[in-house]
Amino acid sequence: MNVQQDLDIEALKNGDRAEFAKLVDAYSGHIYRLALKITGNEQDAEDVLQQTFINTFKHIQNFEGRSSLSTWIYRVASNEALMVLRRDKKEVSIDQDFEDDNDEIAKPIELADWSRLPESEFQTAEASKMLDQAIANLPIKLRSVFVLRDLEGLSIRETAQALELTETAVKTRLLRARLNLREQLAHYFGEKSREDTK
Amino acid sequence: MANSQKLNHDHELFDCSRLLRDLSDFIDGQLSPEICASFEEHLAQCENCRVVFDTTNRTILLYQNSAKEETLPEDARERLFKKLSLEDLLKK
Repeated sequence: MNVQQDLDIEALKNGDRAEFAKLVDAYSGHIYRLALKITGNEQDAEDVLQQTFINTFKHIQNFEGRSSLSTWIYRVASNEALMVLRRDKKEVSIDQDFEDDNDEIAKPIELADWSRLPESEFQTAEASKMLDQAIANLPIKLRSVFVLRDLEGLSIRETAQALELTETAVKTRLLRARLNLREQLAHYFGEKSREDTK
Repeated sequence: MANSQKLNHDHELFDCSRLLRDLSDFIDGQLSPEICASFEEHLAQCENCRVVFDTTNRTILLYQNSAKEETLPEDARERLFKKLSLEDLLKK
């Protein structure tokens, strides 16, 4: 996502309300989705959404253009989402919730090939619930990287800037996140593919 | 559980480990053409790695499709504009 070129940064810094409304309309859907996927709760996502734009409004003067405006807003939103998780104590400690980035990548265990299941198998309410549960099970460090990179489409560099990580850490966490989700989904869809071949 | 055996082919451990390590970069198109060719050659020969590659790709796609369906509810959008004292600029 990059709509920065359509927004007048100087007008935003000068407190132009119409320009700010344009910014809110451009980014609110993206920020709500990010917040929903990170917090897993609609009310929390709305809290994150509102606080993100309150903070953006308050601190837009500090935006120096070292990253894009979208990356800057994603950073504000990611921080807000983490604060909500801490507030609700949904994540005991975001610094100790999974193995170190330098640890070896866990080898895949479930090797059923469910990738060619009929589309209808992926579109049930049960499958949708399974997807939500699997992403909620991801450690927050992995979840935030996956959401920014794979769901919001930020580049590795933008994700690193938004989460204040190195690009190497982003790449490591992204791989762990993708393999972790694959493994969780494989338990569910792998069973479906075995049923199909019986 | 014929399909659930552990990834374990010692004769080509390096290749399988290397593939796992480079999986994300391959999916994202970040590998050099030479390494891509080796990666694809390995996939053609190693059924377990092919399954891991295909199901990882499928996993990402499923989440991307699911995310497209998540939209900001209109009432939440209205509350946002009100919270920011921008209700007069809310476009229906």
